[in-house]
Amino acid sequence: MTALAPEHVTMPVLGRLSPDASRAEQIAHIAEAARQIRIQDLKLVHFAGAGHIGGDFSAIDVLATLYGAVLDVDPAKPDDPERDRFILSKGHVAGALYTTLAAFGFLPVEELATFLKPLSKLNGHPNRTYVRGVEANTGPLGHGLPIAVGHAIAAKLDGSRRRTYVLVGDGELQEGSNWEAMMTASHHGLDRLTVVVDRNRLQQGATTHETNDLDPLDAKAAAFGFAVVEVDGHDHGALLDVLSSVPVEPGRPTFVIAHTHKGHPISYMSGNVAWHHKVPSPEQLDQAITELDRLQQEQLDQEVAAATPGTGTTKHEGQA
Amino acid sequence: MTTTGTAAATGSIKDQPRFDCRNAYVETLVELARTDHRIVGVVNDSVGSSKLDAFKKAFPDRLINVGIAEQDMVGVAAGLANGGRIPFVSAASCFLTARALEQIKADVSYSDRNVKLCGMSPGVAYGELGPTHQSIEDIAWLRAVDNMTIVVPADPVETAAAMRWAAEVDGPVFVRVSRMAVPAVHDEDYAFVPGRATTVREGDDVTIISNGTILWRALAAAEQLAAEGVSARVVSMPTVKPLDVDAVLAAARETRGIVTAEESTRAGGLGGAVAETVVAHHPTRVSILGFDAFQPTGSAEFLIDRAGMSPEGIADAARALLA
Repeated sequence: MTALAPEHVTMPVLGRLSPDASRAEQIAHIAEAARQIRIQDLKLVHFAGAGHIGGDFSAIDVLATLYGAVLDVDPAKPDDPERDRFILSKGHVAGALYTTLAAFGFLPVEELATFLKPLSKLNGHPNRTYVRGVEANTGPLGHGLPIAVGHAIAAKLDGSRRRTYVLVGDGELQEGSNWEAMMTASHHGLDRLTVVVDRNRLQQGATTHETNDLDPLDAKAAAFGFAVVEVDGHDHGALLDVLSSVPVEPGRPTFVIAHTHKGHPISYMSGNVAWHHKVPSPEQLDQAITELDRLQQEQLDQEVAAATPGTGTTKHEGQA
Repeated sequence: MTTTGTAAATGSIKDQPRFDCRNAYVETLVELARTDHRIVGVVNDSVGSSKLDAFKKAFPDRLINVGIAEQDMVGVAAGLANGGRIPFVSAASCFLTARALEQIKADVSYSDRNVKLCGMSPGVAYGELGPTHQSIEDIAWLRAVDNMTIVVPADPVETAAAMRWAAEVDGPVFVRVSRMAVPAVHDEDYAFVPGRATTVREGDDVTIISNGTILWRALAAAEQLAAEGVSARVVSMPTVKPLDVDAVLAAARETRGIVTAEESTRAGGLGGAVAETVVAHHPTRVSILGFDAFQPTGSAEFLIDRAGMSPEGIADAARALLA
């Protein structure tokens, strides 16, 4: 295994589509971003020899959807007071965040080659003073949600339409500070605040169910005054529809339970607790990239089939 | 209490009228908020104990009371700062600095957010309520946090001046706001300069470095020493971090020893900062007065006297240094 080097950075800058792009175009854009981000993130973790690949991969589809098509943010104006805010509360998936920020023009792509190196700006947890687009220096869990609530209160005081999104891990919800903040959010009727839970059901070494069960999470969030939506956290179309249409209930903050799998969609990682912060071997890296390419081809085939009248149905009937 | 209550008044400092710094705190906060719409208050149910009713009345939308939830309180303040507001977090210092220490470290200091932390009733102000409510540790643990200015005002004038400076500067600040009545030490035209000490009494035998509720006691101790022919310099050190190193080294060079006196732990407080400085640059004798252990029940005055920080106690420490 060689150390992380510039030649391991292959992430293209994807940027944002025009606001006039169709939903299908947006979804295709998000899918390609998510694929590229996963490939790059795999390389970062493999060559740097560290990282949180499992949690990265459960969160990447949410990140790609937010930055690809939802957030009103502009890398040319990172300090615009009216920008939407995205706060990554599960700061240990910094690798996924850096790669996403690079994909959408906030971070020079070549800087990814410094990930976790001595004196790099790309610490194992994000630092807003080093990386444009990072809104809070997270890492200790249970911090992002109160910060997001504070920003949403500031926006409300300003009479602003800007939105606040925060991504929290599900295990992280064991921290009581989240529930303090959720009470504050509903008390203030912060309906431009959206909490997205990366519901991968795994924490460091076991399931949330085995550790300190969160269920019924939907009922808990509802009891704390949130409008609760459940979504497949790897379905870009579903994520796009939910995240771009909040608030779902005027006067209430939104709680999106994004059902995900740690390590998704890599066969040997997905849902496997061992991949919390395991590093893929050279063979595993190759296999993962091969799988991502195959999935992309399958997706393209499906899109072609869907776009060709009758084809999809015929194929389906033929198999039945 | 017949004197006029200015620092220039004649007679012993210990006979001057005394004031609750919280009044200056809230008056200044209201004044600042009138001219700067960005200023908001953030509290943990501590509206009454922070004397913030006047602020609440003037700016009902700008007082965010998260209830009894300190982690949320500091995180919300960091988020408000992200949104361009200037939050003054106002809560009992024990809960603010202990319960929310990780939020102070990560969300405020490390994230470099423009949040002002106002530790109400610090030290042994809540003496009778016991060590859970006493906050003698706040200076020590905040001194260990990078990117945090720590101010311990000694009277209402200094409290107001520190608040005005805190509102102007872009960055994390911790200000202690005492409920213990203290005499006025500074004149009305006193200018607070962060990181700068003020010699409030000249002297060349020994130096007493102090701040907060103990500063007037240091002055009273100097009065006693003067009666014995001992010339004690009294240095007011409102900013514990960053420390005025020059003032400390001048005291080390020009007098025969330094007594520090503060309403906090002997470990890691002002005394520790002074000792670290002289050890590195100009070793001299230093006597550190403060609290060593969880304190028993008693009034703040009682506990401070008991810890050797009555005027007599401070004078005794100076005498011992010179002996």
